[in-house]
Amino acid sequence: MPPKGRIIVSDLYCKGCELCVGACPQAVIALNPDRITAKGYHPASLFKDGCTGCGICAIVCPDAAITVYREDLRARRAIPVGA
Amino acid sequence: MDTQEEVIVYARPDSLTKTNTHYCPGCTHGVAHHLIAEVIDEMGLRERTIGVASVGCSVFAYNYMNFDFVQAPHGRAPAMATGVKRVFPDKVVLTYQGDGDLASIGMAEIVHAAARGENISVFFLNNANYGMTGGQMAPTTLPGQKTTSSPSGRDVETQGYPIRASELLATLDGASYVVRRSLHDPKNIRLAKKAIRTAFEVQLRGLGFSMVELLSTCPTNWEMTPQNSLKWLEEHMIPYYPLGDYKVNPAVAEIKG
Ligand SMILES: Cc1ncc(C[n+]2csc(CCOP(=O)(O)OP(=O)(O)O)c2C)c(N)n1
Ligand code: SF4
Ligand code: SF4
Ligand code: SF4
Ligand SMILES: [Mg+2]
Repeated sequence: MPPKGRIIVSDLYCKGCELCVGACPQAVIALNPDRITAKGYHPASLFKDGCTGCGICAIVCPDAAITVYREDLRARRAIPVGA
Repeated sequence: MDTQEEVIVYARPDSLTKTNTHYCPGCTHGVAHHLIAEVIDEMGLRERTIGVASVGCSVFAYNYMNFDFVQAPHGRAPAMATGVKRVFPDKVVLTYQGDGDLASIGMAEIVHAAARGENISVFFLNNANYGMTGGQMAPTTLPGQKTTSSPSGRDVETQGYPIRASELLATLDGASYVVRRSLHDPKNIRLAKKAIRTAFEVQLRGLGFSMVELLSTCPTNWEMTPQNSLKWLEEHMIPYYPLGDYKVNPAVAEIKG
């Protein structure tokens, strides 16, 4: 099973450019048509399951708007941290 | 998901301020900014770095990068960086310049800074036009490329040929590290980041002039979506501006990336 991940997109920085949408290998990001930022953009967000926390969206984001989290695989294998 | 079972894969670097930029959506100036900031964070250089901003869309780089900055007149960033570095040899000094800034009005300053082997790092954003002023032809505009000042496409018979700045500067003995990278996809962005790190390593070792040319998009003036701009860069700019290492001093080659 691939690792589970998630992203948080900052409304302050996101400009709805869709570069993350085009780059995500899992195709799980889309602009959210129901939300609008203070600058007037529809921000990007996860719209379905399947994010692996690979970080590719954050690499291509020109506005460093994305924080990427990934499941700690050491926890999955029940190996103590630092082992 | 339990937060204790999560790791942070990516977070906005401390060397960027908490400011949203004026760059157009999807403009890869922003990618170059976050790469430089990440490298400065990772190398622990924030308290010793002084940036020199140029004139162009990146004129406000000093508002976005979270370390000391000065602002140079158009094209003069390498001259100002020379002064800063000579007065503060222990600081890490960078310039951030567009193609109009570096290869047109500032051609003399960049050539002589490289020829003198000034121990500075230059980040050169080549987007094949004058972005800030409305998309006019730059020395880097491709043959046939339409801009607001070459509406029928650049005609090399009357407007000359584009300048390949990396190849040109690489001929100078004072240049230690001169490479060209691109910001159009994740793999190339990673390679660009490595080159930015090497440029700082060169400066920290006192090996002289370093420059990383970064092929970059200008969706607004190219009149394309950000996504199509990446494709245009790959299909049109890279054939004319091949990616690669144009000058790697033997002492630089020993630095492990
Ligand atoms: C002495 C002087 N001449 C001309 C200008 C007008 N001007 C401002 S930005 C610019 C070109 C910037 O192009 P580039 O360096 O490629 O940066 P970009 O905006 O494309 O990132 C020019 C000609 C100026 N500000 N100062
Ligand atoms: S790449 Fe960044 S700015 Fe562009 S839509 Fe995605 S999160 Fe928003
Ligand atoms: S971390 Fe990877 S899988 Fe998750 S949204 Fe970003 S690009 Fe897609
Ligand atoms: S005009 Fe071009 S270079 Fe300037 S911010 Fe907009 S897209 Fe970027
Ligand atoms: Mg330009």
